[in-house]
Amino acid sequence: MRNVISVHDFSVEEINDVLDRAEGMVSIAKGEADSDLLKGKVLACIFFEPSTRTRLSFETAMNRLGGGVIGFAGTEATSVVKGETLADTIRMVSGYADAVVVRHPREGAARLATEFSDVPILNAGDGAGQHPTQTLLDLFTIRTEKGRLEGLNISLVGDLRYGRTAHSLALALAKLGNTINLVSPEGLEMPDEVVGYLKDAGMFGTACHSPEEVISNTDVLYVTRIQKERFPDPIEYERVAGIYRVDPALVSQGPEDLIVMHPLPRVNEITPEVDALPQAKYFVQAFNGVPVRMALLSMVIGGD
Amino acid sequence: MPDRYMKVQRIEHGTVIDHILAGSAFDVLSVLGLSNDRSMSILINTQSKKGGKKDILKIEDVELSEQQANRVALVSPQATINIIVDGEVVKKFQAEAPKVVRGILTCSNPNCISNQNEPVVSEFKLGSDKTHRYVCTYCERDLVDVAKRVCS
Repeated sequence: MRNVISVHDFSVEEINDVLDRAEGMVSIAKGEADSDLLKGKVLACIFFEPSTRTRLSFETAMNRLGGGVIGFAGTEATSVVKGETLADTIRMVSGYADAVVVRHPREGAARLATEFSDVPILNAGDGAGQHPTQTLLDLFTIRTEKGRLEGLNISLVGDLRYGRTAHSLALALAKLGNTINLVSPEGLEMPDEVVGYLKDAGMFGTACHSPEEVISNTDVLYVTRIQKERFPDPIEYERVAGIYRVDPALVSQGPEDLIVMHPLPRVNEITPEVDALPQAKYFVQAFNGVPVRMALLSMVIGGD
Repeated sequence: MPDRYMKVQRIEHGTVIDHILAGSAFDVLSVLGLSNDRSMSILINTQSKKGGKKDILKIEDVELSEQQANRVALVSPQATINIIVDGEVVKKFQAEAPKVVRGILTCSNPNCISNQNEPVVSEFKLGSDKTHRYVCTYCERDLVDVAKRVCS
């Protein structure tokens, strides 16, 4: 049984294998071809925290492969409000489904879920921890748009302290041989353990507070939202909210083949004027969640 | 020198933990989790023959097992353990940092699932580098302030 918990669990070969499979799923994801690969199988999506893209794209992926979906989004109508542990919820749900997708506000929740489940667990985000399926779809987008997944200069911009997508992505990109620049407001720098890994891998570029400093030498500008819900102190949030704004003027300072990505939702980090530019790839990126999650589901449920 | 002038008297039976990182003796006591009714002596910032300062901990009538002693390495990897019987050192060894630590520490990340009301035992793995850091199996964060993380 294969779980999908952390990007650390994937070798370079396994990452490439997932991306190759995802490539083969694109026409099914678009509805241009049919599949009954997971016909008769059930996926449980249990989301203890809000989600739009991750939940819907998992559900779409399962439906496109001919399977069914059960689950909940928000804990109001569940036994969790009665004090049920995550362990008990997982024991119960894993009896109803062939795989379980979990999003939870506590770090390590998905890892814990694997100890109480008889079916594969897929981590759809655990607090400020890992979000491996987002990482894989980000990698898929970069490979599709840039034609390769090594030797690139990737600049991560925004909340690098609390932004889990940035942590997972930085580690995976470094593992694949890309140089990482870190651009964040003061106080929201990348955690030391991630920076340490980048340095040890020889893939640390630079760390600064302004995207202007790195844009001319950037192949991929990966912008993240300053996440209000992760801030313990609202005053601290107000200090940094809106500090970065990617607009056409900034994009024009980058190389011609620069691409701009964002895990979404965005607030005001990227102005709407950027949407029409050829560099804007964040909606393609959101779509790519479907074929990548189809690839993962086919591997963990289909035994493929 | 007559015994009455010695800083701390020798012990006849028990364990002497030597070469403790200066200032870490109380952290060592924390990770050992020994009860307060033990007779023990603590020397802090005493001169080391190897140069620099060190702490020494003498615990009477307790022979630490290797497994117990290895807990010492969680906070002071250089410490040496001497087992004393009838005033003689009968066994001397260096504490060895355990590869995996289960149950005796809590994660320093308050948002880690292992700190919630879940039926799991905490687990930390020694990092592969030489920085002597432990990483939580669940949240994958580095464990900090180890001595403060001993389960009560």
